[in-house]
Amino acid sequence: MSRESVLVSADWVEQHLDDPAVVLVEVDEDTSAYDKNHIRGAVRLDWKADLQDPVRRDFIDRAQFEALLSARGIGNDDTVVLYGGNNNWFAAYAYWYFALYGHRHVRLLDGGRKIWELESRELVADTPPRPETQYTASGPDLSIRAFRDEVIAAIGVKNLVDVRSPDEFAGRLLAPAHLPQEQSQRGGHIPTARNIPWSKAANDDGTFRSDDDLRTLYVDAGVDLATDTIAYCRIGERSAHTWFVLHELLGVQNVKNYDGSWTEYGSLVGVPIAVGDEPGAA
Amino acid sequence: MTEGCAAPPGGVPLDGVDLSTQSVIQGVVSRADDHPLAGAYVRLHDASGEFTAEVPTDEDGGFRFFAAPGRWTVRTLAPRAVPVDRVVVAQRGVVAELEVTIPV
Repeated sequence: MSRESVLVSADWVEQHLDDPAVVLVEVDEDTSAYDKNHIRGAVRLDWKADLQDPVRRDFIDRAQFEALLSARGIGNDDTVVLYGGNNNWFAAYAYWYFALYGHRHVRLLDGGRKIWELESRELVADTPPRPETQYTASGPDLSIRAFRDEVIAAIGVKNLVDVRSPDEFAGRLLAPAHLPQEQSQRGGHIPTARNIPWSKAANDDGTFRSDDDLRTLYVDAGVDLATDTIAYCRIGERSAHTWFVLHELLGVQNVKNYDGSWTEYGSLVGVPIAVGDEPGAA
Repeated sequence: MTEGCAAPPGGVPLDGVDLSTQSVIQGVVSRADDHPLAGAYVRLHDASGEFTAEVPTDEDGGFRFFAAPGRWTVRTLAPRAVPVDRVVVAQRGVVAELEVTIPV
């Protein structure tokens, strides 16, 4: 895996705005940003309405994914370039879906919507229709998705990487600091998890740091890159960002995203929790 | 269903939020010519300098965080400007107000 095969720059996107083999996809939780404006030609995916099951806590299955991509006019051979707000969290989460369901050519726009805006590049309101396709998915590839029992079994055995902010890791905050603080779960982290906030992998403008910087970041924090790794956050999108860094940019094998994350783990009865700034004992 | 972690422009409204349990930091970003600045990116860093959260400003230049009590740095990124840092102390039950001015 090389950086060029998974990540594209804003310049690259501008050069491919009229390339029929490239489909730009904006992914957000709140799609009012897309409704206002977006990169020319981009279609949208709504993290909640399109990618989540409307009833159960789970994401869409393979048949739903096929129907969604067909309706959006995305073909199996298209190069899909994902971008979005919130430093590409939801775009990275969608990237992880595209990997789960076996899409061959998928990329992230480095820096997402933020760098596009900060560089004052063109945004438009038009939404040109794309003809429907017959999309065929494979999978899901569960080698990149972790479930709760596997996470509990990984305590003290595998690398657990908690990518939330230090205050969430310690239990001083229960949600990211732009959201009202929740009361429903216990605060803290999974014992033995290393706290490597997703934000340490990114520059202020949202672009990823260099491969050398990234490798040093995880190794210095005590992650053994030769051992299996599970990343988690609050609901799985910030950890999809870190999954992208480890699995796609650095090419580390056996990295899973635990999308149940702290909202599941912190509500489980009887599981061990560590509080404070240290990883804690198994 | 679990809600996501997205930060809407301006931050989450205070409607229905029990402020006595929250340590709010909020404010307005303007250009030096007094125009409120939509689409700036406001980043919250903790006392050790670690990034904690980010909110894009809304149409009135507004932003809001729900922090923990303590000392925080608010860093504002805007097109064609150097980042502006402001230090603020958050307290539970108190709304800390900031006015951030971006040099023209």
